Amino acid sequence: MSEIAASASPLTLRTRPRGSLVGVVFEGACFAAATALLVALGGLLVSLVIGGWPAISKFGFHFLTSAEWNPVTEVYGALGPMAGTMITATVALMLALPVAAGVAFFLTELCPAPLRRPIGTAVELLAGIPSIVYGMWGLFVFAPLFSKYVQLPLMTSAAPGSLLEKLTVGIPNGSGILSASIILAIMILPFMAATLRDLLMTVPAAVRESAYGLGATTREVVMSVTLPYVRTGAIGAVMLGLGRALGETMAVTFIIGNAHGLPISLFDSGSTIASTIANEFTEASGDMHLAALIALGLVLFVITFVVLALARLLLARQEQHS
Amino acid sequence: MTNSGLLLRRRLSNVVFVILCYVVTAVALSALAAILWTLLSKGLGGLDLNLFIKSTPAPGSTGGLANAIVGSVMMCVMAMIMAVIIGVLAGTWLAEYAGRSRYGATIRFLNDVLLSAPSILVGLFVYEIMVAPLHGFSAFAGGVALALLAIPVITRTTEDVLKLQPATLRESGIAVGAHFSTVIRTILWPSARNGMLTGALLAFARVSGETAPLLFTALNNQFFSLDPTKPMANLPVVIFQFALSPYDDWRRLAWGGALLIAATVLSVTVIARIVARETQGR
Repeated sequence: MSEIAASASPLTLRTRPRGSLVGVVFEGACFAAATALLVALGGLLVSLVIGGWPAISKFGFHFLTSAEWNPVTEVYGALGPMAGTMITATVALMLALPVAAGVAFFLTELCPAPLRRPIGTAVELLAGIPSIVYGMWGLFVFAPLFSKYVQLPLMTSAAPGSLLEKLTVGIPNGSGILSASIILAIMILPFMAATLRDLLMTVPAAVRESAYGLGATTREVVMSVTLPYVRTGAIGAVMLGLGRALGETMAVTFIIGNAHGLPISLFDSGSTIASTIANEFTEASGDMHLAALIALGLVLFVITFVVLALARLLLARQEQHS
Repeated sequence: MTNSGLLLRRRLSNVVFVILCYVVTAVALSALAAILWTLLSKGLGGLDLNLFIKSTPAPGSTGGLANAIVGSVMMCVMAMIMAVIIGVLAGTWLAEYAGRSRYGATIRFLNDVLLSAPSILVGLFVYEIMVAPLHGFSAFAGGVALALLAIPVITRTTEDVLKLQPATLRESGIAVGAHFSTVIRTILWPSARNGMLTGALLAFARVSGETAPLLFTALNNQFFSLDPTKPMANLPVVIFQFALSPYDDWRRLAWGGALLIAATVLSVTVIARIVARETQGR
């Protein structure tokens, strides 16, 4: 396309076809719109740095290492929400990945042909359901069941002093770190399954069929042929899912319990960066509180930018490959 | 002997693998079906005529979500107008003018990052640049926040569909003496129309359910308002507030609103897919 643009410009100089002034303005407008994207992302970073600066300059590196979050004494540390964000996103990924992979394998290798389209479409559509719906379902349906059938039995059966007891300390009201992770996992599941399926579909039929032709079983075809074929892209897709889980606000805010400080167990209440901002921003008690929340946003920006950038690089490499 | 043992082991592990695939698919689909079922059963209970004609009530009195529905529609329309203009132009630049330039590659990369950036950060950004300096939450700020989420989607799809247009289209336009910009506007855009429409619809589906960026931009308004410079009620924030309230009638409205949003998002996505399929069919 660039060759066409390049060959068009000498033409412009010689014959000046109609609309050349309009053309210059048009190209300028297009360029400005593209640059607006750069300005938006740059502006996002700069505004978070400026808005969070009072907190960053006051607490310095301590902001990242302290778990104290106290609007009364105006001491703020990001460790609690940071830990909550990392733990919930990682656990959600660990729960969602095997299931999403299983769904993708099912859709590409096992599903009867007439069902392939409907189930695939359903999974894709579910990826678009607003996350607030997942949050409400988590709070009103999942939490009571989780409390009754998982939390209480586990907590009563745990031997005193055992690892299980340490992991299950907390109030069995259905909310907490693990509940939030499970809801997050359900939320990112359709997206990850759909992306993985799309990747597996790019494997040429000849590659897959020759593996079957050699007598390979379904498991061997998936594990040794198709999955390795899309490895780079699959890692990218997983990291996109992680990026979603890290920045998700609504699905988490409903069910994580919204307590500051480091969570001490899987059933303990906690908070993530996004849920803290969503809960406290409009009711911030003062300028320092606001600045601390924006600085939290900056931390989230840095974390997600790294994850998303890696994901995109891996996916781009897969595209070149296939 | 060892050969048949190996075969048995391979077959067994394959059976386990296949069963696991079936099981996790069943688990995933039933979890998602459970969510849809809850949404339908609780949402339909909250849907009645009042929902569409009355404004958000005080706890205990009858009311609906009329102000929130109108607010959401207004903000989404504002967002889509801004997003379509900027997104289409930016996508056109990436597809037609950027070529293999380093700047083009950078923009493309940043757009992909912006595409999945946490929406709550976009809310913070718009708060910093619009709400704080102008000393007030406003529906317009909400529209800008939603636009920032829609632009990357539209940019990406516009670039993708323009790149799918055959080079002969461009060459024939230039061959008859048209300026390249005229070729884009009068030949490429009409030819890529359906694909671009799909992108706009998907962007609309994405922003219409977004809650986090509206929390600190449009805020909320208990009353009916059409003034874009003032806080305005909108479905996602009302749902958030009402769902977390202790009042049963507020929660009922929250489920009704959630069903409304989910139904809108799903039907827009389905329409987008039909439009996309028509393009492929031609």
